[in-house]
Amino acid sequence: MSAAPGAKTFVIDGVDASATPGQTILSAAREHNIFIPTLCHLEGLGDVGACRLCLVEVKGARRLLPACTTRVDEGMEVTTNSPRLADYRQMTMQLLFAERNHVCSVCVANNHCEMQSMATTLGMTHVEVPYRFPALTVDASHERFTLDHNRCILCTRCVRVCSEIEGAHTWDVMGRGIQSKVITDLDQPWGTSETCTSCGKCVQVCPTGALFQKNRTGERRGKDPSFLPYLRTMREEL
Amino acid sequence: MSEKKTLATVWLDGCSGCHMSLLDMDERLITLSSQFDLVYSPLVDQKIFPAHVDITLVEGAIGNTEDLEKIHMIRERTRILVALGDCAITGNVSALRNACGAEAMLRRVYGESAHGPAQNATGKMQDIFVQLPRLFERVQPLHDYVSIDAFVPGCPPTADTIHFALSELLAGRVPDLSGVAKFG
Repeated sequence: MSAAPGAKTFVIDGVDASATPGQTILSAAREHNIFIPTLCHLEGLGDVGACRLCLVEVKGARRLLPACTTRVDEGMEVTTNSPRLADYRQMTMQLLFAERNHVCSVCVANNHCEMQSMATTLGMTHVEVPYRFPALTVDASHERFTLDHNRCILCTRCVRVCSEIEGAHTWDVMGRGIQSKVITDLDQPWGTSETCTSCGKCVQVCPTGALFQKNRTGERRGKDPSFLPYLRTMREEL
Repeated sequence: MSEKKTLATVWLDGCSGCHMSLLDMDERLITLSSQFDLVYSPLVDQKIFPAHVDITLVEGAIGNTEDLEKIHMIRERTRILVALGDCAITGNVSALRNACGAEAMLRRVYGESAHGPAQNATGKMQDIFVQLPRLFERVQPLHDYVSIDAFVPGCPPTADTIHFALSELLAGRVPDLSGVAKFG
């Protein structure tokens, strides 16, 4: 089989591989069945490199690079797993848990949470940095959905799906650093938003219990973001 | 057959759910029990924590002055100290009050929503309950105060998880639950 025009050849974890032009390291790695942990990435949405879990080593680069936003270059040598990377991913995970109030046992997303299961996958048994225990608010003003800042990891999936797929751009991020938070419209109660179409896409793509549907408990509280690649494909074919 | 190990279990700022889960091992507990002597636990009538214990499982977080005294004493007297469950490891439900602080929590629970001497109290709530251990402003996990040898997450950890951890401990190994145990 001949390579596609412009295909990039590179080495990933010591194995020769190829990528299409513009393909990210993450996308190419997954095609080669190489696991790179992610939380902010979601198939069907643009990537922003927010969660830092997908950091990889690229030979010659002076720092670690996020696999989700770094495109494969000809001759690149990528390492997706090393003791150093495992350490960084553990630390990133711990920082995510320590930053806000992630109390799995009483969370609406318990057992349906990508952050919780990723902690298990990465082997996190405890958090070494001090928990911050910030006082954060819950916005239940929307008729059907609730926003709980306590569980938000600022992955911005909600922001991206609302802007890229729904086209409403109700969600955005306000503030800087530790003060950052997701907001609806001009930082007003979600229920008063004039742009929100109540489509619920943000709820379905949220990896944690930060966005959830009211009156959904137990086994019915799982989320299903599988509509995304489907919508993308349908629109591209039009 | 090697000598029996001594085992202690402790209940600090938690709900006793981890101890319930320990009992949930059912008949497996009987099998395991041939390998240890339970020398201190809320499940047995023993008032004094022994001078030397091989393995201590601690449920619950550090929420008040008594918890803190106990955990330091337990650490000194224990060879392998295990943080059992999410409260011991993260603060969990016990630490839900951290965002508002001890005083606000006491006022809400024992003042506004209860009948009694504290209902219309004007001063600090903590000063009314002087006979009780003083609450810290923040509930914290065990490893913020003492070194921990093994972590067994879960709210509660399942009976299977505790069985695995205890079996490993009794076999002289430190249980490694990374990649297996989950929070919540």
